Amino acid sequence: MALESKIPKGPLSDKWTNHKSKINLVSPANKRAIDIIVVGTGLAGASASATLAELGYNVKTFCFQDSPRRAHSIAAQGGINAAKNYQGDGDSTYRLFYDTIKGGDYRSREANVHRLAEVSTNIIDQCVAQGVPFARDYGGLLDNRSFGGVLVSRTFYAKGQTGQQLLLGAYSAMNRQIGRGKIKMYNRHEMMDLVLVDGKARGIITRNLVDGKIERHGAHAVVIASGGYGNVFFLSTNAMGSNVSAGWKIHKKGAHFANPCYTQIHPTCIPVSGEHQSKLTLMSESLRNDGRIWVPKNIEDVKAIREGKLKPVNIAEENRDYYLERRYPAFGNLVPRDVASRAAKERCDAGYGVNKTGEAVYLDFAAAITRYGSEQAHVKGLDENDAALVKKLGQDVVRSKYGNLFQMYEKIVDQDPYETPMMIYPAVHYTMGGVWVDYNLMTSIPGCYAIGEANFSDHGANRLGASALMQGLADGYFVLPYTIGDYLADDIRTGKIDTNLPEFEKAEATVKAQLERFINTKGKNTVDYYHRKLGKIMWDKCGMSRNATGLNEAITEIKALREDFYKNVNVPGTTSEFNEQLAKAGRVADFLELGELFAKDALERTESCGGHFREESQTPEGEALRNDKDFTFVSAWEYKGEPSKAKLHKEELNYEEIEVKTRSYK
Amino acid sequence: MNLTLKVWRQANAEAKGRMETYPIADVSPDMSFLEMMDVLNEQLMGQGIDPIAFDHDCREGICGMCSMFINGEAHGPDRLVTTCQLHMRKFNDGDTITIEPFRAKAFPVIKDLTVDRSSFDRVQQAGGFVSVNTSGNTQDANSIPIDKHDADKAFDAAACIGCGACVATCKNASAMLFVSAKVSQYALLPQGKVEATDRVMNMVKQMDEEGFGNCTNTGACEVECPKGISLENIARMNREYLYASLKG
Amino acid sequence: MLLRVYALILVRKLNTMSLTSSTIGRKVAMALSGLFLVVFLTQHFTINFISVFSENTFNEISHFMGNNPLVQFILQPILIFGVIFHFIMGFVLEIQNRKSRVVQYNMYKGSANASWVSRNMIWSGAVVLSFLGLHFYDFWFPEMNYKYVEILPLDPNRYYEEMTHKFHDYLRVILYVISFGFLALHLFHGFASSFQSVGVNNKYSENIKKFAIAFSVVIPLGFIFIALFHHINSL
Repeated sequence: MALESKIPKGPLSDKWTNHKSKINLVSPANKRAIDIIVVGTGLAGASASATLAELGYNVKTFCFQDSPRRAHSIAAQGGINAAKNYQGDGDSTYRLFYDTIKGGDYRSREANVHRLAEVSTNIIDQCVAQGVPFARDYGGLLDNRSFGGVLVSRTFYAKGQTGQQLLLGAYSAMNRQIGRGKIKMYNRHEMMDLVLVDGKARGIITRNLVDGKIERHGAHAVVIASGGYGNVFFLSTNAMGSNVSAGWKIHKKGAHFANPCYTQIHPTCIPVSGEHQSKLTLMSESLRNDGRIWVPKNIEDVKAIREGKLKPVNIAEENRDYYLERRYPAFGNLVPRDVASRAAKERCDAGYGVNKTGEAVYLDFAAAITRYGSEQAHVKGLDENDAALVKKLGQDVVRSKYGNLFQMYEKIVDQDPYETPMMIYPAVHYTMGGVWVDYNLMTSIPGCYAIGEANFSDHGANRLGASALMQGLADGYFVLPYTIGDYLADDIRTGKIDTNLPEFEKAEATVKAQLERFINTKGKNTVDYYHRKLGKIMWDKCGMSRNATGLNEAITEIKALREDFYKNVNVPGTTSEFNEQLAKAGRVADFLELGELFAKDALERTESCGGHFREESQTPEGEALRNDKDFTFVSAWEYKGEPSKAKLHKEELNYEEIEVKTRSYK
Repeated sequence: MNLTLKVWRQANAEAKGRMETYPIADVSPDMSFLEMMDVLNEQLMGQGIDPIAFDHDCREGICGMCSMFINGEAHGPDRLVTTCQLHMRKFNDGDTITIEPFRAKAFPVIKDLTVDRSSFDRVQQAGGFVSVNTSGNTQDANSIPIDKHDADKAFDAAACIGCGACVATCKNASAMLFVSAKVSQYALLPQGKVEATDRVMNMVKQMDEEGFGNCTNTGACEVECPKGISLENIARMNREYLYASLKG
Repeated sequence: MLLRVYALILVRKLNTMSLTSSTIGRKVAMALSGLFLVVFLTQHFTINFISVFSENTFNEISHFMGNNPLVQFILQPILIFGVIFHFIMGFVLEIQNRKSRVVQYNMYKGSANASWVSRNMIWSGAVVLSFLGLHFYDFWFPEMNYKYVEILPLDPNRYYEEMTHKFHDYLRVILYVISFGFLALHLFHGFASSFQSVGVNNKYSENIKKFAIAFSVVIPLGFIFIALFHHINSL
């Protein structure tokens, strides 16, 4: 099947407007006869459900959590970008579009990104109207902050809980529709498979996680909004339940999976503390505005620190290596996420990591505390040379800016970051790759859509800070509700989807058989045993830097691990009860397949771009080296029975309005 | 550290539950409480015992899914944390820890420590929203300035994570703190004021139908709330409700 | 009969405000009746306290209160209704609250997050209620009997004598002192809390709370003082 991206003709800035006016519509009366399934209730899923229901469609929404409000969008901290230009600092739709393309290392689809930038301003209006309490200044107007090294202040925020507030806004819009009976909400339900009838997506099979019942749900279109697959690494900043299953199931039914190897590793997370670690916690990128990152210059100091004989505060300034400032004098500590992460790994690999495991660097606020403290002392007419006073004043300023993050750090690590530098290490955070979609957000299966982090289109090979929330809401509130009508306009005479069709029966039987297989294996290893092993392979060989040897090993090892999983996994209990291990087994089984495709994709792409760093493709100074001549395309993989047989389709990326340049932060 | 855990086990909603005692050895003080539970579950599965079911998801204190009643307190002895943020260094070697589900008539047990909090969703569905269309054809976000103090207070109320610790803690299993947080958030913002009367009446009605108890102002909810939601919100809801009742 | 009419009017009025049918309504009703009783308590205390200084003034006021038709046929029924309403509602709420948690915790550390008084209003209330029984037996029933059953002649100077007579018995004084202790506990939480219930929580709340706590200590102590004063005087 050829890839048809369906990008509308015409000048870039008019594409979306023209497209909206030309696509087919469904009349209000007909909408009442059309059912749509939405899987996932994060920003994308919740906003899409609400808007589709409001337009008049009958919506059935599914989430595996106990409430739609728990989806992991809730954990986003920093903010949401929008080209409002409220600060009058020269922001514009074009600038947001340009920054996003450049940040994505020229591997995203131009038309989609421009549309994203266009609708970004609507999002803020919409959310304010819904009662989202964004931060405001004393004049009562919305406040902005700058983020991720761009040159304007366009990030709207609600303290360090922007994702929470936006998600609760979308959840409230959903609740309104649930109250009106336009959305039927299924909590604690997991999508087990997609059902195709005559090649079109016509429903899903779900498992009720409370009683284990397998259910059939028919619909005229299915929307996948199930988020990213960072948990293939076992340890990530994703929620424990975040999984790839919905996306992977549709992939196995014919949806292409695009750029699986594009993963964002976030530089500022709390390091792993031991074997028991179950997940990693992010410390907002905003900390890099005031924190300086360093490791000791001398290896003896590193040893002394690990043995507990030396404290970081006692290392003299000249014995510290502020490696980001050393390597990237222009951007210093504010280089993009991928660059900062790789630099931390480089130091730790060289043996300079500062905790027991050797995988941590310092993020130091002492300089900022002194700077702010002297400033405050000066403003208040106090003694600028009184070190204790300056420190106290400085700490107060830092507390007002990052108080909640510092408290979170202290609770987890049991060290006071006001007194001693934080320890941080990169961790898997976001996956730019995902289900391939066309301009209408439809996957390669007719009637099956993918939105939010679950699709691939907008962030290229690296996502800018505060853009994930923007994309999720743009897709759900403003893009999908329009484009889905174009497809559904042909479906007004279809009538209710009959779930007694043989296609449903067969899908249900397959699902049941797999569940039985898990329970009956009665092996010796727990599901987590396999998940941890997979995570270790992924992190060691498909992590922050990748090479052909490692990737080939990864492919072999993951395949072997998968075979072992099906022979030796132990899933206790039965299929007809609340069984967390069983649910987890299904998710890990899919990760074990995705992991292999991930490595295959990384192997295929021999250039370095964004979050994907191939050791074979670097400059003499060790910086990422892109190969635009051979790799300006999207890798879309078609499932052919198993991951190793997946077929590569290439969607060429054409940049009409933007000149493709090398990213440099020196 | 070595610990003794007394855990509520209940096979399903209909089954009769009981407390079971499990020893656990070599617990690291750096573990979170849920990681300790993971280790316990691995241990139980090794012994052929059904692992303990408990709700959890983000494990960074924001999703509101984790919900244990630990040693007689919601989310355990630490303040301003959820169970996933509680670390084992808050306990001592040799301690016995009692772990129970959040208990309320409106939070029926599903299995072990997992409870059904969909009553909270239904309260929100009764009126926890602004009736604005999500079409994007709204007015500009800056067209109505909002007093910073009101905006900040609305944010503080909106920080509620819906975990249910307030209900679990309250001796009356009252949901007033949860409901009042939502009522307050909207009552403080001009966008929400328009529907304030209907909202508070409908949400309180639904809250009562779900079987939550009455507020007796003990203040326990505020103390145990992982997000520090203030009792001031309850007073505001009482005010809103009185006004709405008199207005008719 | 009169009582029933008052009750009906009140209940109907309250019902239209959904004040007795919702959790918040009941809580407001509890608070308002409580505040009303606090006002009454203050008045009762003031009159009693006069007995410490002046037998004559005490008799005069008591005579007025006991024979003024406005007080007797309007204020007194309202008061009685207030008392009955407050305690019946208290018990109704308690029963409902217990129903809202079917299975109890094995371990519940109430002291970790709330004061003893706030968690045990039902018990301090129950003690005060039983005290009211005693108090009615001591004063109100004899008074009703004197005025309306046997219809004895008016005697404006009997009140002081009757009162001091009651406080001769040290057992009764001990019961009174204990009951006032519980009244103090009940007020300690209840008074300030009723402001929260009717929606007052603002910059004045700290001071309201201070006043309420002072009140809850001073008034019961005052009652104890009066009881002891008359007991010691009668020895």
